Amino acid sequence: MAEGIDGQAVEAEGGDHREISVAEFFEKNKHLLGFENAQKSIITVVKEAVDNSLDACEEEEILPEIQVLIDDIGDEKARVEIRDNAMGLDRETIPKVFGKLLYGSKFHKLQQSRGQQGIGISASAMYAQLTTGEPVTVWSKQKGEPCHKFVVRIDTEKNEPEILEDEVVDPEGDEFPGQKDYYFDHGTTIEMDIEAKYTKGHHSVRNYLKHTAIMNPYARIVLREPSGNKIEYPRVSKELPKKPKEIKPHPHGVELGVLMRMIDNTDSRTISSFLQNEFTRVGKTSAENICEEAEIDTGRRPNTMSKDEIETLLNAAQEVDLQSPPTDCLSPIGEDLVEKGLQKELNPDHIFSVTRKPTVYKGNPFQVEVGLAYGGDIDDEGSFDELRYANKVPLLYKKSACVTTKAIENVSWNRYNISQTGNRPQGPLYILVHIASVWVPFTSEGKEAIANYDPIRKEMKLALQEVGRKLGKELKREERRRIQEKKKRKLTSYAKEMAPAIASLAEEGNEQEMEDKIQQLVEADYNPEQL
Amino acid sequence: MPKKQFENDERTVERLKHLGQKIKKQLEDPEEGDLTIETQVRSKSNVEYDEEKGRLALGDSYSTRKFLNISHARKFMQTLMVASKTKELVERGRTASIREIYYQLKHSVPGLDENTFEDQDESNNVVVDIETATGAIREDLHLFAEPKGRLFGPIKINDSGDIIDGMNMGTSGMAINSIVDHFEFVECNADKILVVETSAMVNRLVEEDFHKEQDAIIIGTGGQPARGARRLLNMMHNELDLPVYVFTDGDPWGYYIYSVLKSGSMSLAFQSDRLSIPDAKLIGMTMEDIEEYGLEHVTEDLKGKSGDNGGPTKDYKRINDVMDYEWMQTDEWQKQFQKMLDKGVRVEQQALASQSLEFVANTYLPEKIENDEYLD
Repeated sequence: MAEGIDGQAVEAEGGDHREISVAEFFEKNKHLLGFENAQKSIITVVKEAVDNSLDACEEEEILPEIQVLIDDIGDEKARVEIRDNAMGLDRETIPKVFGKLLYGSKFHKLQQSRGQQGIGISASAMYAQLTTGEPVTVWSKQKGEPCHKFVVRIDTEKNEPEILEDEVVDPEGDEFPGQKDYYFDHGTTIEMDIEAKYTKGHHSVRNYLKHTAIMNPYARIVLREPSGNKIEYPRVSKELPKKPKEIKPHPHGVELGVLMRMIDNTDSRTISSFLQNEFTRVGKTSAENICEEAEIDTGRRPNTMSKDEIETLLNAAQEVDLQSPPTDCLSPIGEDLVEKGLQKELNPDHIFSVTRKPTVYKGNPFQVEVGLAYGGDIDDEGSFDELRYANKVPLLYKKSACVTTKAIENVSWNRYNISQTGNRPQGPLYILVHIASVWVPFTSEGKEAIANYDPIRKEMKLALQEVGRKLGKELKREERRRIQEKKKRKLTSYAKEMAPAIASLAEEGNEQEMEDKIQQLVEADYNPEQL
Repeated sequence: MPKKQFENDERTVERLKHLGQKIKKQLEDPEEGDLTIETQVRSKSNVEYDEEKGRLALGDSYSTRKFLNISHARKFMQTLMVASKTKELVERGRTASIREIYYQLKHSVPGLDENTFEDQDESNNVVVDIETATGAIREDLHLFAEPKGRLFGPIKINDSGDIIDGMNMGTSGMAINSIVDHFEFVECNADKILVVETSAMVNRLVEEDFHKEQDAIIIGTGGQPARGARRLLNMMHNELDLPVYVFTDGDPWGYYIYSVLKSGSMSLAFQSDRLSIPDAKLIGMTMEDIEEYGLEHVTEDLKGKSGDNGGPTKDYKRINDVMDYEWMQTDEWQKQFQKMLDKGVRVEQQALASQSLEFVANTYLPEKIENDEYLD
């Protein structure tokens, strides 16, 4: 809530505390949640569901199968059905996941994952409910368990799921939608009616899924558009990226609010043990050093600290040398998968990728990987295309505010035989930039652009330069080959014109013989490695 | 018309054949080098002024044209195509214009998005290459260009059996063909030759009967003299022993025309001996004429003086260029240019009309000839 700006907040100061309803919360925050208009909303609904599905599959090391089926139900409304083959949800969890805002499995975890706030899918349900008045239908089945069907509304007063239907269905039966000849030994299907505008172009479901398919080449995704047109994004790898490990926070990367909440929740009896138990890279000595720096007794109970003391402790922690956090909490997809993803969706002539070593920024480990795809089926539309990802999730909006764009503009592309207008590379080129981190610094709550922090931009620039050099070398080689081939083609044709002239000037010799000899010379001269 | 047979024909065919056999040998024997034609360099760097003979000569620097060098390949092919075509002309006893040659050889090259020749400049250049590569000149190769220049005066010429009388040419005059080597001078009653830069001045002099009154052969060049006119002048000067007076505008362009007639041009320096007339003199216009004949009010300002942004252009640049030529280094010439620069003006032949139309024919030229007032 924006304090002190509108009358409502002033009223709250007066002591009349009123809990706002989730509907109100949604209305106020829908621009942050990705629902500001009908065109963007359908992308957000698909995005939240697909992100959840991919996270759930990777968690259980299942190769993801995802179907996105969109039907036009008239009146600028669409029915969206998204189905996955993850391990499914148990009966108790289903209504909460889809019918209660801010309920999520990842909210309190420090682990690299796509969704982080537990807000996404239930916000979609909220959006559906507000725009069409319809509840959400969920089918979910765990291996060896029956298939549950729930029809759920969100009680906007209490932020609690209101279950309209709760039954067990036969996935082979009529009550289960869609194709029956389909994996459904485990998985989840959700269906909701939303106000939507299905478009094409950069900001579209199709483009979002294409970007997703590039970054997740081990997933098979099928999209059925309202027109009936079916697009398959095939799986080209059976290898899942290594699973990220959970990590405790590092004292250099923690914020005051988080630290206060950690102190509230801790079972540790002393500050020293609190620091050692709740943080990574803090041993007994480090904990003592931090307390000494803060001039706070190591043996005090953590919850006896005042807010000022906590802040002093936090500042002290920044002054103490600590080992960098472990980086096995990161899950880049790796150079091989980046290249496979670009290959299958873009079919370019050249692909290069690099995954940088993990680095730490303010106690937060992060890792950058980039890929370049050039030529082939990629159309030359002047400026390059950008593929931006944070934790494997495509970022489609706010490109110009994003550190990825700044990093790209920091590179001198013309040094790599790529033409450049202003700072921007030109030509049939896709540039992929992915940052993996347990905490990606977005510019705003909307999570649409990554903040322009020096260490991140520097990592990205170095990675781009590395692939740029490789591509430049290859383009140069290709250019040489092209020149040599052109030369050969010309000389071959000229030889045909010349041969009769030589024969008639010399008054002897056979034209054909003459030509053959010239062609031999031309052939011997051809060397694509030489300019 | 009968077959055209020139006295050099046999030698020309031999020279072209030699070129073909050289290429053939290179193809058969790798030791011979891989498809190379040598031509003389025809740029300023390879042009020398022979002070003793008073004309330009080509130095001995050669450029090699290699087929396997992509920037030479096209010209290499063109050279052989034109050479082969001219050999055919000589053998068949035909002549052709350089434009006809261009059209005879122009076609699209199979497999490429280009023609054997894109424009006539390309084939013209190749002809000069063949001249320096084989030693056979364009006329030997039975190639002619558009006629340029005209002749009036008391001379009878046998051209392929027809007798042309220079006194019976009306107001148009005899058009000077690009090939004149076969001309025979049957009868000549002239005692001098006057070469005139502008066509309008030629008309004026003919209207005043200058050629009749002064026993002069008038040759109008219509600007820069073409090869045919230069060759004809050279032949008349040498065979008839007639002095040659050149009458141009008083500006760097006119003086360059004189320089070409006298010493030869850079691009045809290899033929100076048959084209130049080292004895030729400039009769006018000179810078002194401006004061002598009161022409101050009919001069034209020079254009292209160097300003704040950049060096001289147009007239000024041309003056500087021509002043620098090795064969223009005599005091007399340097004085002319210096005066031109000092006054900042040029003077045209036709400015003489400010006196009267007849003035040039009745007073200006006769006085100069009588008083031997020339620049050399």
